Amino acid sequence: MTINRGRVRWQCRRALLELDLVFTRFLERHFDRLTDDQLADLDDLLRCDDYDIWAWVNGSKACENDRWKEMIGLLRQG
Amino acid sequence: MNVAKRTFDAVIVGAGGAGLRAALQLSEAGLKTAVLTKVFPTRSHTVAAQGGVAASLGNSTEDNWHWHMYDTVKGSDWLGDQDAIEFMCKKANEVVIELEHYGMPFDRTDNGKIYQRPFGGHSMNYGQAPVMRSCAAADRTGHAMLHALYQRNVRANTQFFVEWMALDLIRDADGDVLGVTAMEMETGEVSIFHAKATIFATGGAGRIYYSSTNAFINTGDGVGMAARAGIPLEDMEFWQFHPTGVAGAGVLITEGVRGEGGILRNAQGERFMERYAPNLKDLASRDVVSRAMTTEINEGRGCGPDKDHVLLDITHLAPDTIMKRLPGIREIAIQFAGVDPIKAPIPVVPTCHYQMGGIPTNYKGQVVVPKDGNPNSPVAGFYAAGECACASVHGANRLGTNSLLDLLVFGKSAGETVVEDFQSGQLKLKPLPADAADVSLARLARLDGQTNGESVFDVGLEMRRTMQKHAGVFRFDNLLKEGVQKIGEVAERAKRTQIADKSKVWNVARMEALELDNLIEVARATMVSAEARKESRGAHVRDDAPDTAENPNGRDDANWLKHTLWYSEGNRLDYKPVNLKPLSDDVEPIALAKRTY
Ligand SMILES: Cc1cc2nc3c(=O)[nH]c(=O)nc-3n(C[C@H](O)[C@H](O)[C@H](O)COP(=O)(O)OP(=O)(O)OC[C@H]3O[C@@H](n4cnc5c(N)ncnc54)[C@H](O)[C@@H]3O)c2cc1C
Repeated sequence: MTINRGRVRWQCRRALLELDLVFTRFLERHFDRLTDDQLADLDDLLRCDDYDIWAWVNGSKACENDRWKEMIGLLRQG
Repeated sequence: MNVAKRTFDAVIVGAGGAGLRAALQLSEAGLKTAVLTKVFPTRSHTVAAQGGVAASLGNSTEDNWHWHMYDTVKGSDWLGDQDAIEFMCKKANEVVIELEHYGMPFDRTDNGKIYQRPFGGHSMNYGQAPVMRSCAAADRTGHAMLHALYQRNVRANTQFFVEWMALDLIRDADGDVLGVTAMEMETGEVSIFHAKATIFATGGAGRIYYSSTNAFINTGDGVGMAARAGIPLEDMEFWQFHPTGVAGAGVLITEGVRGEGGILRNAQGERFMERYAPNLKDLASRDVVSRAMTTEINEGRGCGPDKDHVLLDITHLAPDTIMKRLPGIREIAIQFAGVDPIKAPIPVVPTCHYQMGGIPTNYKGQVVVPKDGNPNSPVAGFYAAGECACASVHGANRLGTNSLLDLLVFGKSAGETVVEDFQSGQLKLKPLPADAADVSLARLARLDGQTNGESVFDVGLEMRRTMQKHAGVFRFDNLLKEGVQKIGEVAERAKRTQIADKSKVWNVARMEALELDNLIEVARATMVSAEARKESRGAHVRDDAPDTAENPNGRDDANWLKHTLWYSEGNRLDYKPVNLKPLSDDVEPIALAKRTY
């Protein structure tokens, strides 16, 4: 099944302003260049809890799922 | 055009705290209930609430609802309706205990009761000393609340329509509400949700300001839909500004930072709050601190190359304390201000945080409008709760932790009212008018057909800048007057927004254009209502309404002890009395007094 980019883009809207700001940067700089595999990883990551994603992005907690690490790296560097 | 129809006993727009609490009431009573939400329920903005929820349980210090009611009326600067405030404070323990039974993981005292902590503006014995009234689940209160309510709704078989955006309210020739139109984002198709009862719980509209603590989703959709459908908006001039949003980003730095010893400084390094609030200093109430900061900036003592912010300094605290007592703050400062607060102060500005006004309701959650001489005549079939509604319990200024309480109490109350009206047979499924979806379809057709139009981003930015400059923390007559004109111009531009991508499926640009229509209604309401109110009260502070013996804090009860009602059509204003009479004989009205802390 192909992943709809518009859906993933919409789901980058989060409950925390912190993440909205991080994702705004990410959408501008990286989103259009993501491969299908990367998009699938992102789609998966977006199902996680907002506080977890924020903790992984700001580095206060280590993400244990290898699949998400690349996306978190991109979110971190902005 | 043929539009699909779905029929329910009730449709609820919004799956934050208020929507989920209302839905539970309905589903558990067996009503066929649809809940529409733009995002997955547990991604609603209620998740961001950290401080806690107020209830006079008296677990940590002595407390009772009379004291809570007094604090709330005083906090509201007497603009809150005392019947609704009595109702909320009395019901607080019940709704919090219910939540405990739903599995909410509250912090505990040693003997196993819900632990409570102090919060600004909440006191014991009518203002004598701080009280411990806030019930919290670590720093995840809203998150825990939303998850508990969501699980409970799943159990009760509430039907969710996730990633559906409600577009417009449907009213018939009698003005009764028959449901909403909504767009499924996955297909771009518009459907009608036809129902006996419609409850709005769409949250706030803090994104009308340039500097806002609110996530992007807070676009005031319910408020905008109501306004377009001819429902007046109440007290929209009252917005709470939080003193410490990170400059430029808006992200909230909790009051706890000042509680732990954080100090605000101007460009000279001066601890300026000593001049404005000699006793409480940096811990004075939100509006006092926000105004002091704004005065410093306006008088040229702001920091940075543009002198447009002040500094929140915690460099004198032990790094250990910062890590342990203020988790998360360091990460926020590093990410959004580029400073490590252990080594350098954080740039902050007063930032829009909470919408006190909204869709007018009574304590039962019914939407009320002036009709046939009654200022509070219920609109048949229409209910609202949460930040989009104005009950009015927060009046001119909300106390921290009273908002989560508002969601629970009035979400439940709106639900109970619907169930009662449903069971008594009072609620009917009235026939849909033939043109029920026309307004929405016309909006979409206009957007798709627009040529030589305006960019949604540009118009939105102009709106946010205009609101920030002309209707900010401190308000000036000339700026407000200019603001009314400017926001009118922005609203005209918003009628000509254009999107490049016209695809139907998952078109985020289209969603944002539709959201802007709602934000604009809120912005107009705010500016026009603020320009007209010639006094200072709570969060609405004008420089030409200063503190005098006759008008304490600039508040003019003789002329302005009344609720504003703004109508979108014609930018028209009306007013209605504040209810100074409590609901029952259990309590005397809380008499007008100067609001001092
Ligand atoms: C950073 C921050 C911290 C806070 N901390 C506290 C605190 O500690 N204590 C406290 O009492 N208050 C706090 N508040 C205030 C409080 O969190 C909010 O007032 C409250 O959560 C609002 O809840 P709600 O249910 O009204 O709306 P929300 O939780 O915002 O939910 C709105 C819902 O409506 C849906 N929706 C909106 N428009 C549409 C549409 N067109 N179609 C379909 N669905 C739609 C959304 O998807 C969402 O589900 C805080 C606010 C902020 C910003």
